[in-house]
Amino acid sequence: MTATLQPAGPATTAGPAPTPGRRRPRSSAARQRIEIVLLVGPALILFLGFVILPVILAAVYSLYNLPPAFRWEQLAEPDRFIGLANYQRAFDSPEFVRAIGNNFIILFASLLIQGPLAIGIALLLNRPLRGRTALRLLIFVPYVLAEVIAGLAWKLLLQPSGGVNAMLESLGLGFLQQNWLADPSIALWTLFWILTWKYLGFAIILMLAGLQGVPEELAEAAAIDGASWWQIQRHITIPLLGPTIRIWAFLSMIGALQLFDMVWVTVAPTVRGMATETMATYMVQQGQFAGQPGYGSAIAVILFFISLAVALIYQRLALRRDLAGAVTRGVR
Amino acid sequence: MNRRSTTRLVTLAAATGLAVASLTGCAGGGGDEGGDGEVTLTWWHNGTTGPLPEVWEEVATEFEEAHPGVTVEQTGYQNEDLQRTLIPNALAAGDPPDLFQVWPGGELRDQVENGYLMPLDDVIPDTIDSVGATVNPWQVEGATYGIPFTFGIEGFWYNTDLFEQAGIDAPPTTLDELIDDVGALREAGITPIAVGAGDKWPAAHWWYQFALHSCSPETLQAAETEFDFSDDCWVEAGEQLEDFLGIDPFQEGFLGTPAQQGAGSSAGLVANGQAAMELMGHWNAGVIGGLTPDQQVPEFLGWFPFPGIEGAAGDPTAALGGGDGFACSAEAPPECAELLEFIMSEDVQAKFAASGAGIPTVPAATSSLEDPNLTLVAEGLAASSFVQLWLDTAFGTTVGNAMNDGIVNLFGGSGTPDEIVTKMQDAAATL
Repeated sequence: MTATLQPAGPATTAGPAPTPGRRRPRSSAARQRIEIVLLVGPALILFLGFVILPVILAAVYSLYNLPPAFRWEQLAEPDRFIGLANYQRAFDSPEFVRAIGNNFIILFASLLIQGPLAIGIALLLNRPLRGRTALRLLIFVPYVLAEVIAGLAWKLLLQPSGGVNAMLESLGLGFLQQNWLADPSIALWTLFWILTWKYLGFAIILMLAGLQGVPEELAEAAAIDGASWWQIQRHITIPLLGPTIRIWAFLSMIGALQLFDMVWVTVAPTVRGMATETMATYMVQQGQFAGQPGYGSAIAVILFFISLAVALIYQRLALRRDLAGAVTRGVR
Repeated sequence: MNRRSTTRLVTLAAATGLAVASLTGCAGGGGDEGGDGEVTLTWWHNGTTGPLPEVWEEVATEFEEAHPGVTVEQTGYQNEDLQRTLIPNALAAGDPPDLFQVWPGGELRDQVENGYLMPLDDVIPDTIDSVGATVNPWQVEGATYGIPFTFGIEGFWYNTDLFEQAGIDAPPTTLDELIDDVGALREAGITPIAVGAGDKWPAAHWWYQFALHSCSPETLQAAETEFDFSDDCWVEAGEQLEDFLGIDPFQEGFLGTPAQQGAGSSAGLVANGQAAMELMGHWNAGVIGGLTPDQQVPEFLGWFPFPGIEGAAGDPTAALGGGDGFACSAEAPPECAELLEFIMSEDVQAKFAASGAGIPTVPAATSSLEDPNLTLVAEGLAASSFVQLWLDTAFGTTVGNAMNDGIVNLFGGSGTPDEIVTKMQDAAATL
């Protein structure tokens, strides 16, 4: 609510700018309004009906104790309304607390391992290199695959008698053989490996795109001043890559918090429950499979607020310079 | 482009958008009845593998032929998808299929309470009588809402060749003998027992068996109706299971093994001779048959009931079992009950039995069983003094789910027998 709330540029008024000079009489404004309604209306109705309304309904259901396949009338039955008991139960449940922990383990592991790896590979691929295009293509391929297909392929490879163990055996590394997806003590890290395999390509492409925006003249000037390749990367390229890194980190965090499909397809329900449950899989397990829509809704609301909190904090702390004026208030 | 044509274009686009939206809005409500007495019956079942899909298809065609104007749209879905997702969602959305599979126990009680099912006692009383006491689990407070077309008990499906190879002459009749056999198989380098613990319920069935043999029928009854798990036998069941797990009877990496999907599943291990036995329900012959290279039930397959436990409080001839039944939705046309009556007719039941898909519930059809293993299961069923419904089904989804979670934790070494009971009590308290 400060005085800086003025439009940042001239082109922020809604609708197409009328052709200057040739103003039509008064019907024009009304017509413009109709156009806006017609254009925005259908999308708005769909958005309200399929996004906003379900969010509100989930918040309402989360305050009730509901049987599976409940009817609307049951919301009015006595004893159905239980206030915040579902939330209490969620935070008292060691399974759910562990699920939150798993989400954050994946989140930090993604940032700390995938980030530096992606930057490093992007820097390498940004140099003149024979077969550079082919390499870039190969690295991006896993990201193009459907998540479920990638997950099932890895699930087959990581069976006790699957491809990975067979390869280790033939390389004389038989002692490294594991029950990759069946041993609760390593399943989370196996999962993290699959996620890295799948999403590293995306991070690298993002970084490569960011590198195109770093002016070559700066590197040339530094080279003339006697800076080594390493010094140029360290002091010029990476700092200028900052906005890209910060946006990637944001996407990665949101992905880690909402992680569902890869876990669901690759890890057997039993091992998932012991070692790799995430908030989203716990939500489906409890809300759908254990037949407790009210409790599942409470988990959904908690997941929503955790994601929102992380997103807002990250925006305030890291993204505010990059997004100035676009999403947040124009803070400089 | 001038402004007039722009406006027209916009209007057109918006109108198209609205039309599409309204189309999707009404796409859900396919009508049951057209004019001229034309009726379409939708029928959802769990026949996706083995001989069952073909049987149901024939039944639908024969019924259509006998009832001009009636179209039967039958669809088979994977059992758990059908039970946990498709049917609950269709019921909640107010657009259920006419005839669909219902699971007895907790789920049936919920569906009846919500008024989703058609009471059948006045509509097809003779059909209900024809299956005798088997229908009891599909009744709520004396009224019948579903009729089982198959019912059987759980036992061991085993590889007679591998048993012979390990020097075992006869299937075990006591738990101690089973333990000795596990040792003999291990010594012969054979994986003794396959368990699809990755899917939770196949592991949980082990605990159900120990509970069944440790708890008296009265205790089991009290648990089902009042969720009273205070008897010590519930903890003892876990302790017995813990001891049994101590002899390492299962395949490597069993926590990640699925029950029915692919050659790496527990049924696949038995089908391909990589494990000697599996504790599983009466449907397993079909599943195993579907996982062999030639798609046939293997010659070596045999069956024996879960052995009794010496000195345990439970009824030694009690068995654990379950069945599949169909019910009509409350709003289904009267032809639905006629279709159900036809499915339960002796002819169809005999055809079902002859196909090897399962054990029929109409006693006269049992003689049509050709599969020797199904005959063994049917004899086992007839010899049991008391059949307890699968415990997760009997207790309903919420308690059943918590119970299975507790049991697999015990399998994974991260739980205790007490925790299983605590989880069940906690879940029951939320109902």
